[in-house]
Amino acid sequence: MCGIVGLQLKNPALYPQLGALLTPMLLAMSERGPDSAGLALYEDGLGEGSSRYSLRAPAPGFDWERLASRIESALDVRAGLRCVADDAIVTVDADPDLILQWLSKEAPEVRVFAVGRAMEIYKDVGAPSEICRRYGITSRAGYQGLGHTRMATESAVTTDHSHPFASAADLCLVHNGTFSNYATIRRLLMDEGLHFDTDNDSEVAARFIARQMANGSDLREALERLLTELDGFFTLLVASRDQFAVVRDAFACKPAVIAECDDYVAMASEYRALAELPGIDEATVFEPMPEDIHVWSR
Amino acid sequence: MVTLSCADQSTRQINAALAQLPEGARVTIAEPKGRHNLAVGLENKIQVEIDGNAGYFIGGLCDGPQITVNGFVGWSVGENLMSGTVRVKGNASECAGASSHGGTIIIEGDASSRAGISLKGGTVLVAGDVGHMSGFMAQAGIILIGADAGEALGDSLYEAVIYVGGRIRSLGADAQVEELTGDDVAVVRRLAGLAGFAHINPENVTRVGSARRLYHFDSLKDHQY
Repeated sequence: MCGIVGLQLKNPALYPQLGALLTPMLLAMSERGPDSAGLALYEDGLGEGSSRYSLRAPAPGFDWERLASRIESALDVRAGLRCVADDAIVTVDADPDLILQWLSKEAPEVRVFAVGRAMEIYKDVGAPSEICRRYGITSRAGYQGLGHTRMATESAVTTDHSHPFASAADLCLVHNGTFSNYATIRRLLMDEGLHFDTDNDSEVAARFIARQMANGSDLREALERLLTELDGFFTLLVASRDQFAVVRDAFACKPAVIAECDDYVAMASEYRALAELPGIDEATVFEPMPEDIHVWSR
Repeated sequence: MVTLSCADQSTRQINAALAQLPEGARVTIAEPKGRHNLAVGLENKIQVEIDGNAGYFIGGLCDGPQITVNGFVGWSVGENLMSGTVRVKGNASECAGASSHGGTIIIEGDASSRAGISLKGGTVLVAGDVGHMSGFMAQAGIILIGADAGEALGDSLYEAVIYVGGRIRSLGADAQVEELTGDDVAVVRRLAGLAGFAHINPENVTRVGSARRLYHFDSLKDHQY
């Protein structure tokens, strides 16, 4: 069992409340996933050519200032730094490939959870309430967010095995379920040169979708392809910078509820995660049908 | 009239309070907000009104009460019901009435997939549509569907009977359409009347039963499948 929540805000007046709306949704799914928790938050603000990197320190007390100045001097760029608990969000005006190459070579002890113009990821082992408190999620603004509470089935309980899994700039997913042919798909993707961080089945789905999109598919087409190639039980919530998508397997083995109104589209494993959203009584609440792909664009 | 509220009481407190009520008592459960496991395991003949949308397993394991939900419910409403009634004014999610032994589950909206799965003698009445694999391995009892049924209706059906007022997307393995008898029409008329489903014409439903090819242990002997 795992819990999924997500929110795409249509009404900009709600942007300052993204974290305040998303946090109780995630906490309502605590029983579905007490092992670990994570969130992806999307926020406007960075111009074209800029990217933010969600970085995890190798140990508490890591010197982020020093890392930022090393990036600046090595690559001749300006690096912005925002520390969030022991993590850091580093913002750089440069080609993401350059930064990622530099990080993997010069600071391999730093883990990169997310890259993108809008997306930040916070995740760890532990109770959802602790994760939300540590990273100050309640006070965060933004236009879109995903959350996951994990009850591990296929792989170990570690930070790296926690969701969301990011697999391209501003692209990530959360998953409830179990893929059955993920080892086969992972081998095929590795043959094409893809790198995997973990042995987790959900990471395979994330990289599969990113691969399709890198080859020119849009998000809906990538999910159509996923339905034909990946076997197993899944409710997936996938987000890109501008889109928010939900899909369930052919048997609809894992739950999903969607609520939509003028102000937002919200999704959760169970209705109780949506019950406190403003205007929920007037929202259209429905259960997505098996293999129907729902995509909302900003 | 007693009122209990999910806003200030835990599910266990509410269920314990319900179990203490005398026969014939009427009680309202306020602010359910998707709460699971409300009004489960009750053996007293009380009337429970859940005033809003509720979660999983509503009215499960009950043996006697009349439960009404003024909203929609999550998975497995009335699971393993023994007797009494669970009426849902809105839609129901998956597995409505799963494994119920007796009593009646009434869904005034649609039910999702696997409605009446493994039914063991209960009655599941759905005004609208049901999703895929409804009636899966249902052993005894009746499922009445006012509108359309999804894929694989009645898959691996035993002795339960399914009546469908609308279209059937597809039948499951070993399910077959059977001739509607006068007795069937009388049963459907009584059940539709009980549920208040005026849109169902008892003489114009499709009866689905088991072809009985799957559940005999010697079926492999003659290489029937």
